[in-house]
Amino acid sequence: MAKGVKPRIKVPKQASAGDMITIKTLISHKMETGLRKDSDGNKIPRSIINRFTCDFNGENVVDVGLDPAISVNPYFQFNAIVPESGEFNFTWYDDDGSVYEKAKKITVT
Amino acid sequence: MKIDRRGLLAVGGSLACTTLIPFKAIASETDEAIAKFTGGANIGTGGITLTTPEIAENGNTVPISVESGKASSILLLALGNPNPNVATINFGPLSGSRMTSTRIRLRKTQEVVAIAKLEDGSFTKDVKTVKVTIGGCGG
Repeated sequence: MAKGVKPRIKVPKQASAGDMITIKTLISHKMETGLRKDSDGNKIPRSIINRFTCDFNGENVVDVGLDPAISVNPYFQFNAIVPESGEFNFTWYDDDGSVYEKAKKITVT
Repeated sequence: MKIDRRGLLAVGGSLACTTLIPFKAIASETDEAIAKFTGGANIGTGGITLTTPEIAENGNTVPISVESGKASSILLLALGNPNPNVATINFGPLSGSRMTSTRIRLRKTQEVVAIAKLEDGSFTKDVKTVKVTIGGCGG
């Protein structure tokens, strides 16, 4: 597991049914491209987050495949429709096999 | 018909123009990535908006955003990077307006391409040129 990985998510706490809400996510990760060399001229191996998904009550919102051209600390902003109260599940997949997960609840009034 | 020097030059010039443009815009790796995404289908224009800064001072993190009303997935490519792939975004049933913003790395001044697969199975694309002052691939 890469060091210092911390997901941060912004989801509104409340919404009306059928509303479109904006979600912002950021995960601290070094996103090593595999192209850089260290001071001895050796290649630093690639280590990135290669997939990010967001689901709401088991239904998919977005599923993103990431390549090394995504910046350090991958940031994504997108919209979702919330039909009912529930939980957003965010999942990041690391090159080294680690999976980082975080959930956020939303109340629909 | 008499072929004079002036006529010949004009024909040659126009031929060179038509053959050079596609060559310049597309490298083989990019071709592959696009073919994998579209399956060789024709790509139209319109119905997709790619927003990029005109000038990016720091190529390490260039904010971009892409929106396409009826897209089911969007492919992002940066044609001047060592590896043109940037990201593939698939929208699920609960996604709202089909937009996303993120931050990408650009090695040099180059074209960024967004290709959207629409819900009816057709493809559309938008291209923007970004001027990069400091490249972002650490090499």
